[in-house]
Amino acid sequence: MNKRQSRFYISKRTDLSWYAAWGIRGAAILLALVVCAVVTTLMTGENPISIYITIFEGAFGTARRTWITAQDLAILLGISLAVTPAFKMRFWNIGAEGQVLIGGLATTACMICLADKFSNGMVILCMIVASIAAGALWGFLPAFFKAKWNTNETLFTLMMNYIATQLAAYYIIVWEVPKGAGKIGIINQSTEIGWLPQIGNQYLLSIIVVAVLTGAMYIYLSKSKHGYEIAVVGESQRTASYAGIKVERVIIRTMVLSGAICGLMGLLLVGSINHTLTTTVVDSRGFTAVMVSWLAKFNPIAMIFTSLLLVVLSRGASEISSNFGLNHSFSDILTGIILFFIIGCEFFITYKINLRKSAEKEA
Amino acid sequence: MKKLFALVLSLAMVFALVACGGNNGGTTNNGGTTNNGGATNDGDEGGETSAFADLKVGFIFLHDENSTYDLNFINGAKAACENLGVTNYVLKTNVPEGQECYDAAADLADDGCDIIFADSFGHEDFMIQAAKEFPEVQFCHSTGTKAHTEGLSNYHNAFASIYEGRYLAGIVAGMKLNEMIEAGEITADQAKIGYVGAFTYAEVVSGYTSFFLGARSVCPSATMEVTFTGSWYDETAEKEGAQKLINNGCVLVSQHADSMGAPTACETAGVPNVSYNGSTISACPNTYLISSRIDWTPYYEYAITAVAEGTEIAADWTGTLATGSVVLTDLNTDVAAEGTQEAIDAAIAALEDGTLHVFDTSTFTVGGETLTSYMADVDTDPDYTPDTEAIADGYFHESEYRSAPYFDLRIDGITLLDEAY
Repeated sequence: MNKRQSRFYISKRTDLSWYAAWGIRGAAILLALVVCAVVTTLMTGENPISIYITIFEGAFGTARRTWITAQDLAILLGISLAVTPAFKMRFWNIGAEGQVLIGGLATTACMICLADKFSNGMVILCMIVASIAAGALWGFLPAFFKAKWNTNETLFTLMMNYIATQLAAYYIIVWEVPKGAGKIGIINQSTEIGWLPQIGNQYLLSIIVVAVLTGAMYIYLSKSKHGYEIAVVGESQRTASYAGIKVERVIIRTMVLSGAICGLMGLLLVGSINHTLTTTVVDSRGFTAVMVSWLAKFNPIAMIFTSLLLVVLSRGASEISSNFGLNHSFSDILTGIILFFIIGCEFFITYKINLRKSAEKEA
Repeated sequence: MKKLFALVLSLAMVFALVACGGNNGGTTNNGGTTNNGGATNDGDEGGETSAFADLKVGFIFLHDENSTYDLNFINGAKAACENLGVTNYVLKTNVPEGQECYDAAADLADDGCDIIFADSFGHEDFMIQAAKEFPEVQFCHSTGTKAHTEGLSNYHNAFASIYEGRYLAGIVAGMKLNEMIEAGEITADQAKIGYVGAFTYAEVVSGYTSFFLGARSVCPSATMEVTFTGSWYDETAEKEGAQKLINNGCVLVSQHADSMGAPTACETAGVPNVSYNGSTISACPNTYLISSRIDWTPYYEYAITAVAEGTEIAADWTGTLATGSVVLTDLNTDVAAEGTQEAIDAAIAALEDGTLHVFDTSTFTVGGETLTSYMADVDTDPDYTPDTEAIADGYFHESEYRSAPYFDLRIDGITLLDEAY
């Protein structure tokens, strides 16, 4: 007998058309929905179709819900845009959480400490400068150490998150109202000093800022000289230095940019949306952003869709839990299944599974 | 070919299964998608409840039923709606103390809720924001402090005189200390109580002080040490805090934080524990003494009834022993001293007829002196300005000028190990 061979073998695809790739992705999402439906029926006995409808209604059911979904989308997308240039450079920045939080802390400091010293416009100007500078500093430190002494950026940025969280926790106790409560409450609720202006309604400002940012980031990454340098450094640092690119400078510059955008998101979160600071104000979106960015293969336009998917799922989650009396964890299960299929289908886009000729004959 | 056939077949099965699921769910779940847990009460009480049947009530909770704090509120909400015959109510769980709270409240108001409740201190400002935007909807916030100064006719605070519950639990603790002294396990001056608090917030200070005064009313040599964790829920910190107190020589421990950290540390060390927010007897059968908690059902019933009848809801509502808001659960007779139940009953009677006051100024001193006057910070402001005289007729009037506690005196006999939070 011959040595037994596997009936299948894998080869790399070279000529997959864009519509075939999207066809595979679409099929993966459909399949994920089917599996979710089966899991839902088996585990809860609820009608999966009505669960899907509820998710949709939770995200878009009323005008207010649609606005909130768009606003959540904007913040998640903004943070994802921030981490993307660093990722493209193969600099594993998982410190977005801390970079956003420190931007929020800087914003809070300006709102509380400068409220009775400057005019409203001046306070807002200080907030913008301070939040961007704070985020940029949180991005600069790990990049500087990486560039000079080749420290591990993953650990460094992760640790910076904890420093930011502890700093925020410390200042929340300093500014707490009333004493001992451990909460700041809405800052300047009566005077609204330091509240970023409302454009149209309270949700639109963040959406506009991030929309502009998305376009700018797309152009920066794909059309500018900086974007090209980032890509080359990401491919190979040696190639980059051989080509005359100052690698250290690119690393530091890119991370400062990353941090600054995170700081800006912190400004929006505190100055425009929450008007208060808690240690959980970023709500792990600094980490979710990593997934958004990867799923979209670092393409800012594709990120709109990946972040929309995650935001809709999480907005729908709370609606499921209040309508069906299911725990929030159940929607995490559904999200997990859907992500599994989406990430898994990339395998089928990159590779092709072939049947062996001999095996086919046997059958 | 065979393979393809198998594939088609299996796919067909999957779809068939989904289709079945769809049909089943559709019939059993008809119309039940817009509210939670209704239906069961339909038509039970006939025409009498029609005002309640038309009502829609919304509840906002910080976490879900896995948190003992929120579970206590969730149970109260469900019980109140069931008792009143309210079938149309929505529970929103896991709502953080940020703009999400405003969003949730506004969403409930959009949804047609007539009255909306929130359960966590940090929700307050966002509830006020929503109350300003929806003047026709009533907003009730438990544990908040601002309703009496905010001046909104549709925004209300509620709390309970839980210091009385703590005092009664303290009596149970004091009697246990006496028993240990009589049995020769400890000497009278070793009767040291430990207390794990969350923050140096007035609610916590009021809680441990009333607990201590209750204990000292039966065991005069009792002293107390308090440590703070800086979090309302931090199992590790609470466990370590309790362990630190036990190592310091505390022979009985109580806590004001929401995890099982302190009770389990006590069970491991064999130290009696007075719990909060619900019985921990199942996890700690050998050390659990008693627990005090606030039952929110009476408040929910009061506020919902007021909306149904079109009457005004008080800006501050303080539940008491008499309203059934302050309750003691599960006295563990295996651990508690002889005669504990009788002592509790006597104290309840004295508290209710006004002969006994928890913060009687003749029972405690501050810096060695008996107080005759104290300005408390009742109106919330960033500078913590003392604004209201709280001592009159020989006792500190807790939870009278607003529902949330404001007793924040550091009395003699209690040592704070740290005041970082």
